[in-house]
Amino acid sequence: MDRDLDKDVKVRWHDMGGKNTDPIQLTEHDFELWEKRVDALMVLSSNKGYFTVDGLRRVLEDMGEEAYKEMTYYERWISSINQNLIEAGAYNLQELGEKMAEVAKRGETYGECNIEIIE
Amino acid sequence: MPHDHENHLSSSGHPYRKDQDKPLTYWQNMEIAVREILIQKRITSNSEVHQTINDMDNRSPANGAKVVARAWTDQEYKKRLLNDASEASRELGFDIGALKLIALENTEEIHNVVVCTLCSCYPRNLLGLPPDWYKQRSYRSRIVKFPRKVLKEFGLQLSKDISIRVHDSTADMRYIVLPLRPKATESFSVVELEALVTRDSMIGVGLPKPI
Amino acid sequence: MKVKIKNLFPPGHVRTPSYLRGKVGEIERDLGYFSNPEQLAYDLPAAKVKLYRVRFAMSEIWGGEVECATDTVDAEIYEHWIQKD
Repeated sequence: MDRDLDKDVKVRWHDMGGKNTDPIQLTEHDFELWEKRVDALMVLSSNKGYFTVDGLRRVLEDMGEEAYKEMTYYERWISSINQNLIEAGAYNLQELGEKMAEVAKRGETYGECNIEIIE
Repeated sequence: MPHDHENHLSSSGHPYRKDQDKPLTYWQNMEIAVREILIQKRITSNSEVHQTINDMDNRSPANGAKVVARAWTDQEYKKRLLNDASEASRELGFDIGALKLIALENTEEIHNVVVCTLCSCYPRNLLGLPPDWYKQRSYRSRIVKFPRKVLKEFGLQLSKDISIRVHDSTADMRYIVLPLRPKATESFSVVELEALVTRDSMIGVGLPKPI
Repeated sequence: MKVKIKNLFPPGHVRTPSYLRGKVGEIERDLGYFSNPEQLAYDLPAAKVKLYRVRFAMSEIWGGEVECATDTVDAEIYEHWIQKD
């Protein structure tokens, strides 16, 4: 193929087929409750039509390779879910900022900061 | 207050969980905040979130194992499974949702293995959540180029008489491998057969348990 | 039926893996119509596009050094990524 690869071709970081050579790390981990909640927020948001799994993936991809290396799977997911919900107009950045500040004031640990909502 | 005992009650009156004991991270904060905002705006509810988590917890490879064992023992079911795996799964009571499931039959000549090189697509509604390695670079990158080398790392070595078919879940399909029924299991009940079907054999990186 | 995948490299959310672009495969089955993920990803109105499963020989994708000549990769490819001669 006569082609200037740098000029015409840029393979995105998430497009991984054929690139890597490291051996498999056969570790697994039990999902933490907060991770399951993130997963649930994705299922609910998409079922309710706020955005699709395609939007989730698009934001994950646009977060770039550094995010993939430095953040865990569900950390990236909540970041993407939030971005998609903002873009869908479910809430705005001010509301999010104020809520996050309120949550942080409740205590030190996840357990202390998560209050059960009485319905 | 003492930590680490799962039977102890936290200040909210709920059983203490080890994973809730660590300092709050920015992303955990975001999860709580997003969830509470959505509930406050009545976009969802606490019980809906609970239900969604329960539904996911109830999905595990045991579901896929039921589908496989049924296909092993019922030739007509197997035909339906290979023709329309979503419908065949629903027959056994598994709600695949909007997924389009394709069952890939292993034979004496063909071994199937599934990947999503672009992200982590997985038949979650049948098998539950995917293992960490399935989402990592090493698997996603190499299984489409060096399947035999990768399968060897999982302890599976296939002769060159067997062709490997790698399936990259790039779009709307999801895949489940229908492994070969282990030999000498003619007298096994369906329940006994289910116990032989591993998650890894339904992804294609392993075989069912030998008897 | 033999098909060649377009050798394009746009940025953004596309679902045709780069390792298959420019490669020749065989249509394994017709999957029907699905909404274009390249539009769904940006919350745009999404056209229904035909989707195929396409089978590629390992040697076609990676060239000379392959583990086994009869190994293949199947992937789902949207019609607009298939080159019309």
